Amino acid sequence: MNILITGILLSGTYALIALGLTLQYGVARIMNLGNGETLVAACFVAFWLYTGFAINPLVGLLLIAPGAFLINLVIYLVALQPLVKRAKNRGQLEVDSILATFGLLFLLQGLMIVAFGGEYRSYTFLAERFDILGNSYGLNRIVAFVAAAAIAGALWFFLYRTRQGTAMRAVAVDPNSANLVAIDVARTAAIAFALGGALTACGGALISTFYTFNASMGVIFTMKALIIVIMGGVGDIRGAILAALILGISETLVASLIDPGLTLAATYALFILVLLFRPQGIFGRAPT
Amino acid sequence: MLRRNFIALAAATAALTLAGAPAFAQDVIKLGASAPKSGPLAGGAAVTHWPNIQLWMKEVNAAGGLKVGDKQMKIELVEYDDKTNGEEAIKNIQRLATVDNVDFLVAPYSTGLNIAAAPMIAKYGYPHIATTAATDGVKDFASRWPNSFWMLGTSTQLAEGIVQTLTKMKDKGDIGNKVALVNVADAFGLELVGAAKPLLAAGGFDIVYETSYPLGTQDLAPVISGAKAAAPDAFVAFSYPGDTFALTEQAQVQGLNTPVFYTGVGTAFPAFAKRFGAAANGIMGIGGINSSDPGVKGYLELHRADLGSDPDFWASATTYAGLQILGQAIEKAGSLDKAAVVEAIKGGTFDTVIGKVSMPNNVNENVWTVGQWNNGVFEAVAGDGLSVGAEPVKKAGWE
Repeated sequence: MNILITGILLSGTYALIALGLTLQYGVARIMNLGNGETLVAACFVAFWLYTGFAINPLVGLLLIAPGAFLINLVIYLVALQPLVKRAKNRGQLEVDSILATFGLLFLLQGLMIVAFGGEYRSYTFLAERFDILGNSYGLNRIVAFVAAAAIAGALWFFLYRTRQGTAMRAVAVDPNSANLVAIDVARTAAIAFALGGALTACGGALISTFYTFNASMGVIFTMKALIIVIMGGVGDIRGAILAALILGISETLVASLIDPGLTLAATYALFILVLLFRPQGIFGRAPT
Repeated sequence: MLRRNFIALAAATAALTLAGAPAFAQDVIKLGASAPKSGPLAGGAAVTHWPNIQLWMKEVNAAGGLKVGDKQMKIELVEYDDKTNGEEAIKNIQRLATVDNVDFLVAPYSTGLNIAAAPMIAKYGYPHIATTAATDGVKDFASRWPNSFWMLGTSTQLAEGIVQTLTKMKDKGDIGNKVALVNVADAFGLELVGAAKPLLAAGGFDIVYETSYPLGTQDLAPVISGAKAAAPDAFVAFSYPGDTFALTEQAQVQGLNTPVFYTGVGTAFPAFAKRFGAAANGIMGIGGINSSDPGVKGYLELHRADLGSDPDFWASATTYAGLQILGQAIEKAGSLDKAAVVEAIKGGTFDTVIGKVSMPNNVNENVWTVGQWNNGVFEAVAGDGLSVGAEPVKKAGWE
C-alpha cells in the first residue's frame, strides 16, 4: 500500500512534467526541447517569489501561469511560427522545431545562470508529515499531486467538453482536415503551445516545493517528459497521464522490491516495450 | 548604411580590444580557469570553486599583487565554462595555454574533470593543484603527473572518517551496530561504498540495508522507507547535492530517527543549513572544518564579509588554500617559470587557511573527513592529521 501511494504521488510529479509537452508536441507539433528549462525557470520564479516576497507557491501559480502563457505565446509567434509556415510537411517541422528549441534550451539556461547563478536552490514549503493509512508522506508532494490531478481534470474538461478544446484535438489528429472544417489551425496551435508552456510552468512551481534544482537541470525533466509523451501517444493527455502512472508506480515498485538502482532500467525497459508493441503510444492512433 | 554599421562595429571592436589589453602586459600575472558554469556540476562549482577564485584575487590584488622577484604583479583572470564536460575542459586548457598564454592555471572542479584535464595541464607544465578531487587514485596521479598536487584526500580517508566516527560512538554506547548504507551509482559513490564496506565489517558493524540509486534521482521515498524498515542505528549515504537534500527531506517526513544521519556531498553547503534550519543540527556529512582554528576562522569571516555568504564547509577552504599555495610558491620561486613554481610547491611548507601544508609527495594527507552541523557551523568531528572542532554527538529527533 505504501508502495502504491508513493508510486501514485510520484506519477503526479511525472504528469506535471509531461502534460505541457503533450500539448506542445501533440497540437502545435513543436517538439519543445526547452520544456525542462521552462520548468526549471518556473522553479526559480516560485523560489524567488517565496523567498523574496513570501508569496506561497500555490498563490504564485496565479502569477506564473499567465506569465508563462504570454511568454510562450511570444516565443511561438516570434520564433516558431515562421518555421511552421515554411515547413512543407510534418517531418520537416519536427526537425526544424527540434533545432530551434534546442537553441531555446541554451538561451533559457544562459538567462537563468545570469539571473540566479549556477548554485543549487531549494526552499522549505509544506515539508511536513502527512499520514495516510499509517505511513507518512511529504505534504508538499501530496499538494503537488492534488494540483496535478486538478490540472489534468481541468485540461480534460477543456479538451473534451468545450468547443475550443475539441478544435485543439482536431488539430492534433489532422491539421489539414481541421482547416477544412473552419478551424483556425494557426491560432489553435499558438494557443496550444502557450497553454502547454503554462502547464509546464505550473508543474515547475509545484515541483520546486520538494526538489533541489539548479539552472542546469532542465534536461533531466525534458528526458522524462519525452518518454512519457511518446509512451502515452502523442497529443493525448489520457495517454500521458496513464504513462505517468505506469512509470511512477513501476519505478517505486522496482525501487522498493528489487533495487533503487534499477529504476532507470525499469523506465527504459517499459519504454522499449511500448515502442516495440505499440509504437504509436498507448493511446496513439496507428498512422494510416 | 550597412557600411557605416560595419565601420562602427569595427571601431567598437578595436576600442574594446584596446581597452581590454593591459597597458603593461609584463606587470600582470595571467591566471586561467576552466570549470563548470553549466551542466550537472555547475551547482557545486558555483558554491565551492568560483567564489574562492574571486575572493583570493581580490585579496591579493588589494594588497598590491604578488611579489615576483623585484616586481609587484597583479593578477588577471581568464575564465571559461567547461560545461561539466571533460572534452570541453581539455579544449579550454589548451586554449588557455596556447591562445590566452596564461601564466598559471586554477585546477578544474571535481575529481572527474581534474583527471580529464591532468594530461593536458601536464603537457604544458603548469602546476596543477587539485583541491576538489577526492579519489583513491591520487598517489598514482601524483607520480604520473609530477606537476600535479592533490589536496582533498582520498575516498578511503573519507570512508575511514565516517567508520571511525561510528566506532567511536558505538564504543561510547551512543549507537548499536546496525548500519544502513546507501550510495549514488556513479564512480564517487561506488568508490566510497567499496572502501566503507570492509571497514564497517572490520569494525563489527552489521549492514542491515544496502542499496544504490541512479545519478540525478530525487524521488527517494522508497530508499528511506527501506532503510526505516531495517531499523538501523546509523544511516550513511554517499550522495550528491540534489539527492542529499531529497534524502534528508524524506527522512524528516518519514521520521527516520537514527542517532547518526550521514549524507554525502552537499551536506556541507550553507544552503543545506538554511533549508533544514534547526533540523540540520546533528546531521553528519563529508567534510567539516575546525571553526576554532584561527586560520579557518579568518577565512570564514573573510568569506562572509566579501561574498555575504558562508562557504561550503568541505572543499571551499581547501580551494582557497590551494590558491594561496600557488601564490606563495610564485613569490618563493621569484619568477613566472612554471617548472620553478612546481619545484617550489614540492619543496615548501605553506601557511594557509587550513593550516600548514606541505606536499613533498604531491599529496596533502591532512584533511577533515566528517563534519556535523551544530547551529550553522559544520564542525569537523573526524580528520586525518588535523585537530577536530568537536566530538561527534547523537542526533536528536527531527523536530
